[in-house]
Amino acid sequence: MIDARGRSCPEPVIMIREAMKTKEEAYEMLVDSRVCVENVTRYASHEGYHVTVTERQDDFLLNIKK
Amino acid sequence: MEDVKLTKLASCAGCGAKVGAGMLSRLLKGLPVRKDERLLVGYDKSDDAAVYQIDENTAMICTLDFFPPIADDPELFGQIAAANALSDVYAMGGEPKVALNIMTVTKEMSRETIHGILRGGYEKVFEAGAVIAGGHTIEDTEPKYGLSVTGFCHPSRILTNSAAKPGDILILTKPLGIGILTTAAKADLIGQDVKDRIFAQMTTLNKRARDIMTLYPVHSCTDVTGFSLLGHSYEMAGGSGAAIHILTDQIRYHEEALEMASMGMVPAGAYRNRDYVEGHLTKKKEIPLALEDILFDPQTSGGLLIAVPEKEGEALYRQLSDDMPGVSLAGYVSEGEGLILE
Repeated sequence: MIDARGRSCPEPVIMIREAMKTKEEAYEMLVDSRVCVENVTRYASHEGYHVTVTERQDDFLLNIKK
Repeated sequence: MEDVKLTKLASCAGCGAKVGAGMLSRLLKGLPVRKDERLLVGYDKSDDAAVYQIDENTAMICTLDFFPPIADDPELFGQIAAANALSDVYAMGGEPKVALNIMTVTKEMSRETIHGILRGGYEKVFEAGAVIAGGHTIEDTEPKYGLSVTGFCHPSRILTNSAAKPGDILILTKPLGIGILTTAAKADLIGQDVKDRIFAQMTTLNKRARDIMTLYPVHSCTDVTGFSLLGHSYEMAGGSGAAIHILTDQIRYHEEALEMASMGMVPAGAYRNRDYVEGHLTKKKEIPLALEDILFDPQTSGGLLIAVPEKEGEALYRQLSDDMPGVSLAGYVSEGEGLILE
C-alpha cells in the first residue's frame, strides 16, 4: 500500500512512478484529494493501468491494475 | 547560509495559488459597493484592474498581483512576478508608470535571496518604463512577491474584458502549458531547455503585444493568467453578453505540456478552473483530455487575449506573429452565451 495522504501534487504521482519501476500487476494507493485522484489516474492510464476509485470517509483508495 | 530551494518553501506555485474564480465571487458577494461615477471599471465585471478617471484625458489604472515562488532562482522569480503584475495594466490597454513592492519573507531566506527577488522585480519595472517607489515587506511562513502597479490610459482607449462583439476574432499572444510544465519541473520530469523556454516566456512583458494591439481597433482584452484560457474566455463571454468559440486545433501550446498532462502533472488550479467553467461549456467535437487540461491550465504571466473585428484582426495577428513566437488565432465571438469548443 502506497500512502500518499497529506502529500500534494505532483508528489503522489512521483511516488506511484517510483513504485511502478518494479512493474507489478497491481498497486494500492491512498490519497486525500480529488486532484491527486485525477492526476494519479492520468499517470496510471499513461502507463497502461486501469484505476478503480473508492471514496472513503477521509481519503480515496485507488486500486491500480494492468 | 545556503538557502533552501525557493519553490520548496511554497505549497503552490505562481498563479496556481490564486483562489478559484467561483470561490472568489462567493467571497466578494454581499460586500457594500460605493458608487463613484469616476470609477470606470470596478470589480463587478471581474476585470484585470480598477480604472479611475482623473480628467477628460486621463484614466488611472490600479492593480495588484503577487504569489509564491515559481522559480528557485530569486532574480528569475522577481522578474516573473513583476512581469505578471505589470501585465494587468497592459491588458487594460495602458502604460505602467509607478510600482510598489509587496513581499513576504521567511526566516530561512538570506539577504542575498531577498535582494535577488527585488532586483529581478526592479529590472522588469524599469524595462516597462515605470519606477519603483517603495513597498511593504512582512514576515510570513511562505515567501511571496509581487507589485502594486499604477498606469495610465486615455479614458476612451481603455480595454475592458467585457466588450467583445459578435464578429470579433480572438488572438492569444503567448502559448499555453505553463502551469503543467512548472508542475512537471517540480517533479524533475522536464529538461533545462524546456525550463529555460518557459522562464523566458514568463519574464517577457506584454508591453510589445500591448503596443502593437493599440494600433488596431481592438474591442476587448484581458490577460490569461490563473483562471486559464477557458476561465478568462468565460468571463469575457459573460461580461460581453456574447458567446466565445475556441478553435482547439489552433491553440498554440508548449508541446511537452501534452505529454506532461497525460502523466498527471496537472496543477490543482486547473481542476478548479474546470469546475468553474465546465457547466457552461459546449463541445462540438471530441477533445483529448490532455488538451482540455491545457485549456484549463493556470498561466503565470500569460499572454493577452484580444478581441478585434475580423477585418482588422488578420493584420493584427500577422503583425503580432512577426514580432513574437507562439501567437494563436484562438477563436471568435458570436451572438449567444457561454463557451463553445470546436
